Amino acid sequence: MPKAVDIRICMGTGGIAAGASAVLERFEEELSSTGVGASVRENCSRHNVGCRGFCARDVLVDVILDGERTTYQYIKPDMVQRIVEEHIVSGNPVEDWVVTDDYHNFHEKQVKVVLSDCGEVDPEDINSYKSRGGYKAVESVIGSKTPEDVIEMIKSSGLRGRGGAGFPTGLKWEFARKPESDQKYIICNADEGDPGAFMDRSIIEGNPHSVIEGMTIGAYCIGADKGYVYIRAEYPLAVKRLRIALEQAKEAGYLGENILGSGFSFNIKVKLGAGAFVCGEETALIASIEGQRGMPRAKPPFPAQQGLWGKPTVINNVETFSNVPYIVTKGPDWFSSFGTEKSKGTKVFALTGKIRNTGLIEVPMGMSLKEIIYDIGGGMERGEFKAVQTGGPSGGCIPKDMIDINVDFESLAKVGSIVGSGGMVVLDDTDCMVNIAKFFLEFTQRESCGKCTPCRVGTKRLLEILDRVTEGKGKSGDIELLLTLGQDIKDSSLCGLGQTAPNPILSTIKYFRDEYEAHINEKRCPAAVCKAMLTYTILEDACKGCTLCAKACPSDAISGEKKKPHVIDQGLCVKCGACFDTCKFKAVHKE
Amino acid sequence: MAGLATVFGSGAMSNSMPEIEDNDVLFVIGSNTKENHPIVALRMIKAIQKGAKMIVADPRKVPMVKFAHLWLQQRPGTDVALLNSIMHVIVKEDLIDKEFIKEHTEDFEEVVKAIEDYTPEKGEEITGVPAEKIVEAARIYAGSPNAGIFYTMGITQHSHGTENVFSIANLAMMTGNLGKASAGVNPLRGQNNVQGSTDMGCIPNNYPGYQKVDIKENHEKFEKAWEARLSENIGMTATEMIDSAMKGDLKAVYIMGENPAMSDPDIEHTKKALGKLDLLVVQDIFLTETAELADVVLPATTFASKDGTFTNTDRRVQRVRKAVTPAGEARDDAWIIKQISGLMGYEMKYDGSEDVFNEIGTVWPAFAGISYSRVESGMGVQWPCPSKDHPGTPFLFAGGFPRGKGRFTAVSYREPAEITDKEYPFALTTGRELFHYHTGTMTRRVKPLDEISPEAYVEIRPEDASELSVENGSLVNVSSRRGTIKLKARISDRPGRGVVFIPFHFKEAAANVLTNTATDPICKIPEFKVCAVKVEKG
Amino acid sequence: MADRINITIDGEKVNVDGGLTVLQAARRSGFHIPTLCDDDRLKPYGGCRLCLVSIEGIPRPVTACTTPVTDGMVVETSNDHIERLRRTIVELLLSDHPNDCMTCDRAGDCTLQELAYFYGLRDNRFWGERRRYEDDDLNPFIKRDMEKCVLCGKCVRVCREVQGVGAIEISYRGFGAKVCPPYERDLNCEFCGQCVSLCPTGALSGKQWSGKGREKDVKKIKTVCPYCGCGCNLTLHVSRNEVIRVSSEPDTINEGWLCPKGRFGYEFIKSPDLLKSPLIRKNGKLEEVTWDEALKFVSEKLGSIKEKYGPDAIGGLSSARCTNEENYLFQKFIRAGIGTNNVDHCARL
Ligand SMILES: Cc1cc2nc3c(=O)[nH]c(=O)nc-3n(C[C@H](O)[C@H](O)[C@H](O)COP(=O)(O)O)c2cc1C
Repeated sequence: MPKAVDIRICMGTGGIAAGASAVLERFEEELSSTGVGASVRENCSRHNVGCRGFCARDVLVDVILDGERTTYQYIKPDMVQRIVEEHIVSGNPVEDWVVTDDYHNFHEKQVKVVLSDCGEVDPEDINSYKSRGGYKAVESVIGSKTPEDVIEMIKSSGLRGRGGAGFPTGLKWEFARKPESDQKYIICNADEGDPGAFMDRSIIEGNPHSVIEGMTIGAYCIGADKGYVYIRAEYPLAVKRLRIALEQAKEAGYLGENILGSGFSFNIKVKLGAGAFVCGEETALIASIEGQRGMPRAKPPFPAQQGLWGKPTVINNVETFSNVPYIVTKGPDWFSSFGTEKSKGTKVFALTGKIRNTGLIEVPMGMSLKEIIYDIGGGMERGEFKAVQTGGPSGGCIPKDMIDINVDFESLAKVGSIVGSGGMVVLDDTDCMVNIAKFFLEFTQRESCGKCTPCRVGTKRLLEILDRVTEGKGKSGDIELLLTLGQDIKDSSLCGLGQTAPNPILSTIKYFRDEYEAHINEKRCPAAVCKAMLTYTILEDACKGCTLCAKACPSDAISGEKKKPHVIDQGLCVKCGACFDTCKFKAVHKE
Repeated sequence: MAGLATVFGSGAMSNSMPEIEDNDVLFVIGSNTKENHPIVALRMIKAIQKGAKMIVADPRKVPMVKFAHLWLQQRPGTDVALLNSIMHVIVKEDLIDKEFIKEHTEDFEEVVKAIEDYTPEKGEEITGVPAEKIVEAARIYAGSPNAGIFYTMGITQHSHGTENVFSIANLAMMTGNLGKASAGVNPLRGQNNVQGSTDMGCIPNNYPGYQKVDIKENHEKFEKAWEARLSENIGMTATEMIDSAMKGDLKAVYIMGENPAMSDPDIEHTKKALGKLDLLVVQDIFLTETAELADVVLPATTFASKDGTFTNTDRRVQRVRKAVTPAGEARDDAWIIKQISGLMGYEMKYDGSEDVFNEIGTVWPAFAGISYSRVESGMGVQWPCPSKDHPGTPFLFAGGFPRGKGRFTAVSYREPAEITDKEYPFALTTGRELFHYHTGTMTRRVKPLDEISPEAYVEIRPEDASELSVENGSLVNVSSRRGTIKLKARISDRPGRGVVFIPFHFKEAAANVLTNTATDPICKIPEFKVCAVKVEKG
Repeated sequence: MADRINITIDGEKVNVDGGLTVLQAARRSGFHIPTLCDDDRLKPYGGCRLCLVSIEGIPRPVTACTTPVTDGMVVETSNDHIERLRRTIVELLLSDHPNDCMTCDRAGDCTLQELAYFYGLRDNRFWGERRRYEDDDLNPFIKRDMEKCVLCGKCVRVCREVQGVGAIEISYRGFGAKVCPPYERDLNCEFCGQCVSLCPTGALSGKQWSGKGREKDVKKIKTVCPYCGCGCNLTLHVSRNEVIRVSSEPDTINEGWLCPKGRFGYEFIKSPDLLKSPLIRKNGKLEEVTWDEALKFVSEKLGSIKEKYGPDAIGGLSSARCTNEENYLFQKFIRAGIGTNNVDHCARL
């Protein structure tokens, strides 16, 4: 029997959704019934740990026996008994369930800074964080270094905001430090409204103390004594863990009055957001904390000059703050050794789409898109690689022939996309680019706050044009209209939402204009996605007359005798694709 | 305004509306500013946005309380006690402006003596305002460079209204809040040209421009200017006229644009008195309650058919311009007066209203510099304006008080003339609301205003209402020693316990059936703001 | 007051107060910049985007209404790019507007109409869905036609910033954004109509104005309010000898703000109840008589009372609602014509 047993179960939102709680419970039962728990009690901990990125494989369980780690994937509660019996008790890992090579590949090329402790520490236990060096940064800074020194350190690390705009963090802090004011604020932006993004949620769920520590250092630097974490209410687990962490940090003296006896005081409040995308925009977020409707206002003045309640305010993203303690403890040079000349450090991305390994990844800035897709992502799932969409609704597409591009702020901007908050959707030949643009525009149009004309009415009109293009009613001149209106909206909108909302359209037109032209001129969707333009026909030769398609058809459009080729009545067909999906003989043709 | 005139030698708002924005402290006492002076209230809100602090002292939770940093809910009629104990704290904590007191005032010591007993605790006992709040109010008011006091009828319509005003003046003087911008003592005038009619001498003791009728030089000056023999005796006030008519001494009354049969306290008494007259002439735009009693009714025109000037609450003379020709035979008031005067042998010949205006400047020096051409703009000119090149006067007393030194006047708290007892357990206070004006002759003829606020009501606290088993909207009888009216109950947390409020706009349930004719001994203002009533289910 | 600074607007050097926004500075120096959402009395908003200008050194156009001037700033209020953006913005607004100027009360007095005219927008590249709202009829003073709303937010801001009420808010999102009271019910509206006075289109108007006459046939006469002592300046809009609307200008003691009585309480001016003829009580009833008869009656009766009982048996009550001139004449008549000081007014009441 092993001397030390450490079992780590991924308990992020993804893990829990996959049944991690039940898995954990079973481990507790099994360990106590086999008596293992009793014999190795002191060294046996069954941490809840946060997400480590590979959510597609949940529930992931690490079993560490005397320091030797075995990772299992796709674990369900009824599999626990066998792991305990064969592996923990008898020492023979259950090879069938152990992660495969691609799991290791997924991790190998990643460089983890902010995620380095996610999946390792128990987010509900401050001591777990401290045992891995947590709060060392605060201890080394407060009372020992001047705020100016720390700001200098952040500046020289090259850290730039991870919330989208990539503004140099040290500079922002310096701006907020300068003005004299009776009150200053620190805000952590955990609104994370991009569809499909979950980087910030994972950080808070996996290692909330790193964010608190980063905020505290920020507060010390600018001279704030109040902070807010603005987090969406749809993140209940993150909110819960954050609250526990705040409580523990306060108890341990890292927050509250007179921190570490230095005379410096700092308190953090949690503010729940209602989940409006625009509330992630910093000035709208501030308005929302002030109890007003979350609508952005024009800058300048910038929040660092006049922010919350008109006072100098630093607002940073979760990931930005989370980087700070690592920079402080390991040094700015260590941090800036990752990345490119202008984009330092690492960036967390949510890798999704038609790729084999989806999940959360952290890579050094400047890694090529190809490496990310093929080495980390494991390549395409089925289809042929077509493009990558980065930056979510504010971002753009990068086509196949630019796959060697380096992923950093400058390179992506150059080709009309952005790093953004870190969404990365891989598209294949079954994705229609017009439809992709429409998807994002539907989102931004719906989420526009309505304050400024170009965004409120303009995005609606863009969407109407896209609607008619995808419905086969596009008119000649529509592409030009999209381009001019899109450009006008970018140039005249009040906030980042409107200023970037046309990006998905502009970049898809730039690289996939032929797809738009096919929709408009030939009334054809090359990727066979846009329903209105599809025709489903049954290939006489291939049809075996199994009748499955006729049964699946919701509109009774398919007729034919048993064992004879069937036909689709185009007048009745609603183009749902049910026949296409049910046919076992590839006899339904889609065009 | 007699109170202020006694103290300073001039009775008007010491400062002006635009200055309100720059006050550091606004002390609003007995004024439902948001409803009764809505546009002044906007300036106050602006001041608060700029960082000013506001103290509201009012027995009712008036809308301004929402903006206040501190609300003092004194019992009706206890203002002197409240102000005295605030001053007690100011003196005790040495927050007074010694320099100002020495340079510009007299008799300060008397006030110090008079307020010695008014500890915050005693203040609390009389007013019901917690002692700590009294202390806080004193510190806020006296602790900042520019503090202005704003008040209206809630201060003056009491049997001791003048004493209230004295107290306010004492408070402002001891803290040096006079003679500079954005401070002062500011009575907000309730009607558009109250200031003007007082300025013009429509008061029994003053000629135009506050020139006393019983001073010989004045008398001579006006006899000369008007080429007529004038009486040397101080005349009767409105309330005295009513009493005199009741006794049968006064025989004829000529009323221009007033409705005492609705606005007077104890209107049954007023009506009876008016009925005894040999001649009652009423000149008005509508057949008012008073006109119905008249022997002769003369149809006048509305403001929209007149040329002339109004003087608003901050002494601002502004132009009124004719926009429409009047209906039927109605004539403007000036024409009617001139006709009657002429027929009685005293010719008044003027070439339009501007001619009249220019004559005013010849008899009142403070008006001499104002002309129609100077008040064309939307900012008017504020008197005193003694010469054509004088810019007008935004705030008074810059170089001292007209009477020389400002006089401190020691006052002690006296109970209201009528206090509550077993039979009449509620204190009634009356006033206006936002949607109506005065006796409602104009506003109740505006459909949407009447729709929003169609009927009389009595505001009563939920606790009091439930003790009486009165429900919101149910009919109740409210009675005083003088009469009874029937109206709907409106349950509201605005009045304090034991206090009810009735607006006086509604003739169907005229609040002034109930009110007391007890008047202030100096100013002769009736005690509208407090009398004892009972409330019964109707 | 901030120091004065030098800036350049459209090539012209101007010296302005350093505390101003670019829009204020441009206006005060005589340059016109279009806008729908700006009002000098409200905090800068930057919503309509029409006041976009180019500023040297700033890569993208910025809104003049939100940008403070700085020394040496070089501003261009108009160029091809900016005019293109403005035109697109107006065109977008019109693509979601009823465009029924023929029947709109505000025709001739509508900023949007003016802009459409200026940019010659008869056709529209963006025709599409229009917002549709039921007429609501809950507010007795204010008529809302929200299909004409351009979301400039002035109403919302004046209600909160100036009136201190916050009765309305922008609700919903995106294209469906709408100005309305919480839960679409008037809860704490004070009916001051400040919102109505700022609306740049026909979205908010007075119920009483409807169909009474438009800008081109009204005569505007400035006067002073007949109600409380604030002395607010009113502009009476007169058509066919009828006051059909009341407004107020910003450069007045009341800064253009009014209360419900001042703004909406003018109906009494043409009330059918107005007295139209002198009346004398005959046999206990008031009967219509001529002026000659009435004046003769009054003067003779006053004369005989004065004769019989002396002047002090007569009293006069004057009005706080009459003009200074009338009050002056009244007391002069009582004092000099009758010979008594029995004259008072209702200041105490
Ligand atoms: C429409 C919109 C949505 C945004 N949403 C977020 C968000 O969810 N989280 C975030 O950190 N930043 C968001 N931002 C960016 C913020 O405005 C701001 O730049 C950021 O919080 C600054 O932090 P950083 O410097 O650490 O990146 C958004 C911006 C826009 C225009």
